[in-house]
Amino acid sequence: MRRTLIMAGIVLASQATAEIPELTVYAGDYFTSEWGPGPRIEAGFEEICGCDLQFSTGDLMPRLLLEGARTKADIVIGLTTDVTARARATGLFAPHGQNNADLTLPIAWNDDTFLPFNYGHTAFIYDETRIDTPPASFADLLDMDDDIKIVIQDPRTSISGLALVLWVQAVYGDEAGAAWAKLAPKILTVTKDWSASYGLFTDGEADMVLSYTTSPAYHMFAEEDFTIKAAIFPEGHYFMAETVAKVAQTDVPELADAFLDYVMSRDFQAMIPTANWSLPSALPRDQWPEGWAQLPLPDKVLFYSEAEAAQVQGEAIETWRATLSQ
Amino acid sequence: MARNAQPVRTGTIAGPVAAGTVFALILAALVAVAAKAELPVRFGPADWAALRFTVWQSFLSALFSVLFAIPVARALARRSFVGRRVLVTLLGAPFILPVIVAVMGLLVVFGGAGWVSQGLGLFGLPPLSIYGLEGVVLAHVFFNMPLATRLILQGWQAIPAEQFRLAGQLGLPPPAIFRTLEWPVLRQVGPGAFALIFVICLTSFAVALTLGGGPRATTIELAIYQAFRFEFDLGRAAVLSLVQLVVAGSAAVAALWILPPIAAQMGRGRPVRRWDAQGTGLRLLDATWIGLAAAFLLVPLGAIVGSGVPGLAQMPAQVWQAAWTSIWVATLCTVVLVALALPISIWLAQTRRGGAEALTLIGLAASPLMIGTGWFILINPFAAPADLALVVTALVNATMGLPFAVRILMPAMRQVMTDYGRLSAGLGLSGPALWRIVILPRVRTPLGFAAGLSAALSIGDLGVVTLFADNDRATLPLQMYRLMGSYRTEAAAGAALVLLTLALGMFWLCDAWGRRHAEG
Repeated sequence: MRRTLIMAGIVLASQATAEIPELTVYAGDYFTSEWGPGPRIEAGFEEICGCDLQFSTGDLMPRLLLEGARTKADIVIGLTTDVTARARATGLFAPHGQNNADLTLPIAWNDDTFLPFNYGHTAFIYDETRIDTPPASFADLLDMDDDIKIVIQDPRTSISGLALVLWVQAVYGDEAGAAWAKLAPKILTVTKDWSASYGLFTDGEADMVLSYTTSPAYHMFAEEDFTIKAAIFPEGHYFMAETVAKVAQTDVPELADAFLDYVMSRDFQAMIPTANWSLPSALPRDQWPEGWAQLPLPDKVLFYSEAEAAQVQGEAIETWRATLSQ
Repeated sequence: MARNAQPVRTGTIAGPVAAGTVFALILAALVAVAAKAELPVRFGPADWAALRFTVWQSFLSALFSVLFAIPVARALARRSFVGRRVLVTLLGAPFILPVIVAVMGLLVVFGGAGWVSQGLGLFGLPPLSIYGLEGVVLAHVFFNMPLATRLILQGWQAIPAEQFRLAGQLGLPPPAIFRTLEWPVLRQVGPGAFALIFVICLTSFAVALTLGGGPRATTIELAIYQAFRFEFDLGRAAVLSLVQLVVAGSAAVAALWILPPIAAQMGRGRPVRRWDAQGTGLRLLDATWIGLAAAFLLVPLGAIVGSGVPGLAQMPAQVWQAAWTSIWVATLCTVVLVALALPISIWLAQTRRGGAEALTLIGLAASPLMIGTGWFILINPFAAPADLALVVTALVNATMGLPFAVRILMPAMRQVMTDYGRLSAGLGLSGPALWRIVILPRVRTPLGFAAGLSAALSIGDLGVVTLFADNDRATLPLQMYRLMGSYRTEAAAGAALVLLTLALGMFWLCDAWGRRHAEG
């Protein structure tokens, strides 16, 4: 009798834990660190979902491709716009079910699978105490004195580096090679990733760094340093976004849908600027946090669709490599 | 005792088994990757250019590391001074630094806005420009010259004191001593050190790219990284990994071919008094080389410490958690390494060819990304790879540390077997008793050094953990990169300082354990 009671207790207890459903969210590596958006997203969503949100971080694309149908993910957050084609081809993802018209992006977004939750643009960042006359256009940048030292990222190993190559391609088209040739003497070096480039810039080794239009915001709001600026070019800036998507074979589809709802909520969107140092994807500019609306942003935005990017990317990278190798 | 008693042999089974396990680990990963490959595989002109650059920069880096190390090791071998031991330990620090930290330290000193450039500016001279092949080689010499110094120094210190005393009594001048005593050892140690550094530099890529100034400085490892993480072209990744293994394998075979068979020396282990190097000129020369090496290696380290101190206060608690994770990964790695290195080195020590250990270089030449991805593919059908991320990381780190450990342990193993092999056989010692009574006490110093080196390397390695690391399984280097990636440059500098301290601390702990009781 006693034994039966204990058994019953164990069964009940295990049922009780099983009743709190779990939502597994694969996220980019930086996501769940204390200073990333992860902890705030987890707290915010768990408050309304009655569930347990479990982040699992790592290299998203290699991981998804390797795991394939065995993936434990219900939601994948952090896939950048340059890998959506490849992610789509896995057939792992289901429509997001949100209304794209609710997005406040500077470009039209028609993708019904990958939903942007933030965005930004490539930009060259400078310190106004070190550069007297910053370039007012891309053409200006190319014509700058060769003494100026710019550090960029490698398009073969970094997303921002790839965005730069596509940016030059979008602005200069067939003349991209000539543009790179003019830029080449000013390029101090090329780094593997964004972090190393930005480190060179903050250490004073480089005068300008390829980064994002939102980079000055970090210095303004986190460090109260107002000397770091993004050079805004009338030729336009390349658009980048990070997306969230639902895994088709999820065992908790309602929770996954609730999470996508949450991504579009004001609560989530208002948190993005300071937690992610990027711009919210579905929040009108007048509702951005204090000071953010004044951040200088480009009027013109450039972006290749998946199909276009697939077409130009290989050649654009090769032009870059060949010109800079001379 | 019978004059022709056979010396005892040990590790003849465990050695090949351990070596075979390592080869199998790497091969299984390569096969797993290749099995997922889609044909045809692309290997274009850009890849050939990358291959040429990779080999050339590795060659130059290894050459200059060894050339610079020779006078430094000679000076250290001839001199004893207060703080020599601390200096020798600190000289090893660049080798165990995470590359990005070391690059930042180097740039503080040698960069366009660095101290040297500022000094030149005072005299109206233009700033230094290190971006290019010279920068790549400079960084690789910074990393590897200390290793070459340690290896050569170890060789020279093994020359029995009696021989130097005899040379002193005969009044041999330094050039004659070099010819008769130092050169034969250098000829044995030098090519091996060269091959080791050559292979280390083969797999470099973040350093080569950053200091190389652009895509001219593309290495094969960059192409492997691109293939794995960006294009996800496993066939290409497998082929590139194979190319890297073949180049490293050729270097290993060449080293094997150059190295003369080793004739073990019999010494009494007394402290060496160098009668040959008493002149003022020689003292000055040695002091200059030691000073030069110390400045070249320690000033950038000082820069790292200097920039790290203000960041310490800004570090989030996750850094400490990551530090703890890194400590246990390093500990696991070291245990595995010792378990592999002891049988392999005693086995190789009983072979006649001096360069047999060069074959273990394969472990170093295999791209960590390739091994990590391969094992991810192998584990995935049975378990969540993330659960095993840290174990795989420790295993990969142990494989990478093996070439160093074997190279460090072999001379001592050879010595023990020559000195005590017959005696042990006569006494009927074998198995665990042989290890406990005869071998381990006599290889304690190099064992401590090897364990310390691998622990430190493991702490500083970002490695495969990036591929499938969960947040609560992040290692310290990964956490440091995350800080850098979130604009927290100062906190990242603090984390780098913690990393440097931990790596040196673990190295010192093992090294000190090895030295205790060992030196009389």
